[in-house]
Amino acid sequence: MNLTKREALLSDLTPEIGKTSKSWYIVFGILLLVFVLGIYALVQQIDKGHIVTGMRDNVVWGVYIVNFIFFMGLSYAGALVSGTLHLFKTPWRAPVIRLAELITVISLAIGPFFIFFCVGRLERIPYILAFPRIQSPIVWDVIAILTDVFGAAIFLYVSFIEDFAILRDAENLQIAPWKKKMYRILSLGYQGTPKQKRILSFSRNVMAAMIIAIAIIVYSVLAWIFGVTLQPGWHSTIFGPYFVIAAVFSGVGLLIILMAIFRKIYNLEKYITLKHFVNLGIVLFVIAAFFGYFTFSDYLTKWYGSVKMDKILIDKLFTEFRTYFIFANYIGILTPIIIIAIPRLRTINNITIASIIALVALWVNRYIIIVPTLETPFIPIQDTRHEWLFYSPTWVEWSITAAGVAVCGMLFMIISKLAPIVSISELEEAAEKNNT
Amino acid sequence: MHMEKKAKDSSSRRKFIRRFGISLGTVAVAGPAAIAGDTSETESGEMVRLLSPDGTLVEVDRSSIKKAKAKTREQIKQSYKGIPDRKFVMVIDLAKCKNARKCVDACQEGHMLPKDHEWIKIQLLQDSELASKYWFPKPCYHCDSPLCVSVCPVGATYKREDGIVLVDNKRCIGCKFCMTACPYSARVFNWKDPEVDVPADHVYDPELNVPPVEGTVGKCVFCADKLRNNELPRCVKACPMGVIYFGDVNEDAVTNGVETLRFSSLMVDKHGYRHMEELGTMPTVYYLPPVDRMYPVEIGFDGLDESITDRYTTKDFKKSGKTKK
Repeated sequence: MNLTKREALLSDLTPEIGKTSKSWYIVFGILLLVFVLGIYALVQQIDKGHIVTGMRDNVVWGVYIVNFIFFMGLSYAGALVSGTLHLFKTPWRAPVIRLAELITVISLAIGPFFIFFCVGRLERIPYILAFPRIQSPIVWDVIAILTDVFGAAIFLYVSFIEDFAILRDAENLQIAPWKKKMYRILSLGYQGTPKQKRILSFSRNVMAAMIIAIAIIVYSVLAWIFGVTLQPGWHSTIFGPYFVIAAVFSGVGLLIILMAIFRKIYNLEKYITLKHFVNLGIVLFVIAAFFGYFTFSDYLTKWYGSVKMDKILIDKLFTEFRTYFIFANYIGILTPIIIIAIPRLRTINNITIASIIALVALWVNRYIIIVPTLETPFIPIQDTRHEWLFYSPTWVEWSITAAGVAVCGMLFMIISKLAPIVSISELEEAAEKNNT
Repeated sequence: MHMEKKAKDSSSRRKFIRRFGISLGTVAVAGPAAIAGDTSETESGEMVRLLSPDGTLVEVDRSSIKKAKAKTREQIKQSYKGIPDRKFVMVIDLAKCKNARKCVDACQEGHMLPKDHEWIKIQLLQDSELASKYWFPKPCYHCDSPLCVSVCPVGATYKREDGIVLVDNKRCIGCKFCMTACPYSARVFNWKDPEVDVPADHVYDPELNVPPVEGTVGKCVFCADKLRNNELPRCVKACPMGVIYFGDVNEDAVTNGVETLRFSSLMVDKHGYRHMEELGTMPTVYYLPPVDRMYPVEIGFDGLDESITDRYTTKDFKKSGKTKK
């Protein structure tokens, strides 16, 4: 092993492990503030009841469920992307695979909380484990998510072991003794012997394959929560694969955005290059095409031979929700496709902007899957109270949503202080391959 | 208050009253006063005749009579199983309904519901543009293939042997999945603390489902508590038009409190149907079509509060128009 090279890698990739910059504290402080505001909103909600949200008897699920699906989708996408990159030994994966793995775990740590916020009696959540009924798709989902939590955690951990060993052995790194100790414990005595290498590589392959399967199953189960009901717009056989594709779409989008962010603030221009953006951009392109195809297919069949309820729903989508619909299902899908399809437009900035649009559009796509359906029940809503007819999220819901995003950011920031955000071992491996 | 009256009912009474009377008469066994009588240490020598749970007539000293607890654990357990050998059914005659809303009031009073909670709703429906509008009372349909029960993750909502679907609001976690699964919007959610006062000795029982609990789901319970006491549901009794018939499929009889009809012939002769049969949920509530109607639909607006008539008349309620009128 080329030691000087490793030193260089370490100092490049772990700028935040040894010291903490001022801007880190500022950004973290802002996020913490958003988080605290979210906690305040949550206290309000627990104190006064769900009446403080925009949800009412018809639209019983709102932004919380949208966030839940969204974050879980990001998580599964992270798993799918990192698993696939690893399993197929994609040559350019080294600098991006760790980010994808982190997306998996961090979104997974946030997503389920939004379900808790949506539940009327928070203290009874353990009942799901105490009195589970296996017929219920929610129980399927709980089982699936728990499996996924363990799977994703193990997958992430085995991919970290080599890096922990590197950090443990790094003499020149100025870090606190407790961190050194932590790395020693976490590296499990890994010395890089051939046997250890073989075992680790085998574990990573197995976990990568499993995490792909788990991600597909788990996100399908989530889609079936909606698919198994009779509600117009939800009762669709396409929902399982549609959700999986949508998840990957958002996940790749977030991965590109994170790449752009970390590249900028950690000066990783040497490692994360245009090539990575273009390669992931092409993945985004393919997924966007699939996603557009699924969306078109779903709405076409509803619209063309529409039964009464589908017609009411489609009418609603094309009038009240027109702006959302156009943004989510036209702009959100076509922008990444156009930007990637035309080589001249393939710059890092453009691809990042396309990813941001795709990510936001997908959130809106989730919103117009959940809310309009609940606003069009089979038996028409006859009520004069506006909030009973139409859903509009309140500040409480927005604050809690913002808090979720803030926590996501904070977790990324904390992890960037504890472990390299780009996998050193993967980079070394890639460098060795290039040399031979 | 019906709650106190209920508390006075002896526990043994409901056990031997097996027959759900088409006659609807309540069988007086021993006066509530005798049962509620104070206990004294010494024998009074005054004997009281009572029916034991197995149906034999017994005599006991007045002094040894103790007031029965409002509900025993065994009785609460029964509310999960249902009333044996029963299969309840409701028939709503749409030709008679004129939106008098007495059923709604009786239901809200009986179940201590806030005014914005309607376990039975009255909709104004129109099947096609050429057809006339009609009033459509909509309780919970207590489906034989209930999606709400299937999707509940904790078994808080359940289907009983007698066909009734209940919600145990001590178990309900408030995930609202049942509300999205129900295609008939039969369920309501307690978005805030309902703030109802119940008698101190009141014991919660899903059959009455009082008091409502914040963060849980509520819905029509077919007045399972009344059925236990051999009485008709509140909405049936309250309806001045005799719109709602209630009965037992096993007995093939339904009654609106005034007339008792054979259920099967009613279905055949009056063309009984179930709302949105195509959804496959198999409701146990049947409708008789709104033909040869007794009242024009407009009568339904007479004497109603504006807040209620508004919900049927305000057609163009656009999303942007936050404040109406």
